[in-house]
Amino acid sequence: MVLFTIAEPGQGRARQVIRRKRAAGIDLGTTNSLVAVAKEGKAEVIADVHGQRLLPSVVQYRADGSHMVGEAALSADANVSIISSSKRLLGRGLADIRYQLPYALQQDAKQGMVYIETVAGPVSPVQVAADILKSLVERAQAALGGELDGVVITVPAYFDEAQRQATRAAARVAGLNVLRLLNEPTAAAVAYGLDKQLQGTIVIYDLGGGTFDVSLMRLHNGVFEVLAIGGDSALGGDDIDRAIADWMLQQSGTNGISNELYRQLLQQARTAKHVLTAAQSTTVVVGNWQAEFTRDTLYQLMDAYIDTTLKACRRVLRDAALTVADVTDVVLVGGSTRSPRVQQKVQEFFGRLPLCSINPDEVVALGAALQADVLAGNKYGDAALLLDVMPLSLGVETMGGLMEKIIPRNSTIPLSRAQEFTTFRDGQSVMSFHVYQGERELVSDCRSLAQFELRGIPPMVAGAARIRVGFQVDADGLLEVRAEELSTGVKSSIVVKPSFGLEEHDIAGMIKASIDSAALDKARRSLREKQVEAQRHLESLKAALRQDGDTLLSPVERNTLEKLMQELAEAATGEDAARIERLTETLNSQSRDFAGRRMDAGIKAALAGQKLDSLGESL
Amino acid sequence: MAILLTENAAKHVASQMAARGKGVGIRVGVTTTGCSGMAYVLEFVDELKAEDKVFENHGINVIVDPKSLLYLDGTEMDFVKNGLNEGFEFHNPNVKGECGCGESFTV
Repeated sequence: MVLFTIAEPGQGRARQVIRRKRAAGIDLGTTNSLVAVAKEGKAEVIADVHGQRLLPSVVQYRADGSHMVGEAALSADANVSIISSSKRLLGRGLADIRYQLPYALQQDAKQGMVYIETVAGPVSPVQVAADILKSLVERAQAALGGELDGVVITVPAYFDEAQRQATRAAARVAGLNVLRLLNEPTAAAVAYGLDKQLQGTIVIYDLGGGTFDVSLMRLHNGVFEVLAIGGDSALGGDDIDRAIADWMLQQSGTNGISNELYRQLLQQARTAKHVLTAAQSTTVVVGNWQAEFTRDTLYQLMDAYIDTTLKACRRVLRDAALTVADVTDVVLVGGSTRSPRVQQKVQEFFGRLPLCSINPDEVVALGAALQADVLAGNKYGDAALLLDVMPLSLGVETMGGLMEKIIPRNSTIPLSRAQEFTTFRDGQSVMSFHVYQGERELVSDCRSLAQFELRGIPPMVAGAARIRVGFQVDADGLLEVRAEELSTGVKSSIVVKPSFGLEEHDIAGMIKASIDSAALDKARRSLREKQVEAQRHLESLKAALRQDGDTLLSPVERNTLEKLMQELAEAATGEDAARIERLTETLNSQSRDFAGRRMDAGIKAALAGQKLDSLGESL
Repeated sequence: MAILLTENAAKHVASQMAARGKGVGIRVGVTTTGCSGMAYVLEFVDELKAEDKVFENHGINVIVDPKSLLYLDGTEMDFVKNGLNEGFEFHNPNVKGECGCGESFTV
């Protein structure tokens, strides 16, 4: 349903207008989370009552069943369980988790869901995320003065369907209306207003505390398409802190220190790193040992890590078959990109000044807030709705195993498309629909999504039935396929999630295969089409012969046609497209006389016994 | 032939016209655009054109050009709230198909 508002005279089309809604953007991070709201096209991060803008993504569960979120959850005492970095567990099974966590996990045998063991009993990662979301939403509601109408939550571009579903589930538990899940890199691009450009090729370089992600996106007419993603889920600012701490230990000749002391060293390393963002050198201390820690030393320690990130950037460009010269914008995200060294190396690599004027910790939340504002219906200026796209074409199988694409790849969603199909055989009462996803011309090279049947088609001659096949994709990418026979209204439909279980690299692979085999596919499609065309002619001629072959054809004529038909039927099973085409053409011209006679006979029959005046009416 | 306005819709049109401070009514029409053929026009009217038809509903003048009227005859315009959104909605008996978003239609 679409709602309209009254426009000023002469503006043409009716527009939608809506009162201001309370909407927020949420960056649900592995280490820290943030919430931001937008007003009149300007977004700002909402701080808590203490002025803290970052909320540590940490929840403390107590034996009495209560819980605390954020800074307060960090203070440990006996009988509490502190859960951090649980984003890594969202939508995952035990088998997916291949790294050490500071808490024990158990798996629900039935659904394969992971639970975290706490003193308050098992807690699901969805619950942890929901508790963090609730805490953030309280901030936003206090700032906006009321219940939120909707939120946009950002997720990493690499999040698969299960992880996205788990994020949605967390929002549901927190009582939130999710307007959209937005890819983190897209949100960062939106924060810089890159979505206002007509087109561009954008790299989002996101170096956080514990993770590195690089995304290569193409922007075309307001649609962001993720071309390639890469990164390292265990590389970030924390590694640099460790490198500094280890350097301090090595320089001071200290061995075998306690965990507690090492933690203090890490803290000192982090502080030194931050100080060197502005200063040239600072003093570090280990016990009685003391030394100058200079930028040069820091950069030596950092460079290996930065080079690893740049290698990932190179790989991502290669995956998308692009070069550095194709990149129009580079956006820096994540606290570690505050480092002048990171900025300098990224600039050298891409040969252009990266965008870093917005606080890199907040940029994702700010972009999400802008998008939430627009999605909730608060339009300002030329703000456009960001559109999601279908990564692969959707279609149905038609005769001959051909892929008939109904929704082309990169179509923006939500959308609905329909196409009419017809029956192949006389009296056909059932039609089977096989829904495929992919770019190739033959369904055998595409991915099967679903299959359903339309029954109860009234008996008609081949080609007379009109069956409308409608594809509808909602904003969440859920596909509904309906088939309806238009004369009787018999219907059948099915709902599928096209992206389920499809990894980003699968999509890229499927697209690449379609490009690589375009010429081959074209030839194969053309052959199949000729085969189907031949079959169709044979079917209809067979039916005609059954009906009028004895009365309208001489035995010689009939014999000639039947011979030709047999020859074509044989050819149609082969691979010689030219021969099939030629024989179809011959049969066509040879049977033209017969068709003419049938038409004359039909008209005679229709006119027989009619008076001239009633004929005039019907004509 | 007629275009109808629900009482609720008329009330909202009246308050919007009052806020605007001028105008003789609202124009309802169709234009050929959108992904499914035609889209609605809904705008304030300051001056009537010679060929315009005027229908009065609950004190509001609904103005339609004769060509659009062919596609809109019998249409009822309502004002509804739907979740996050609120606005005018068209119930057009002539519509045979709508595009996915409902913004355009075919007759």
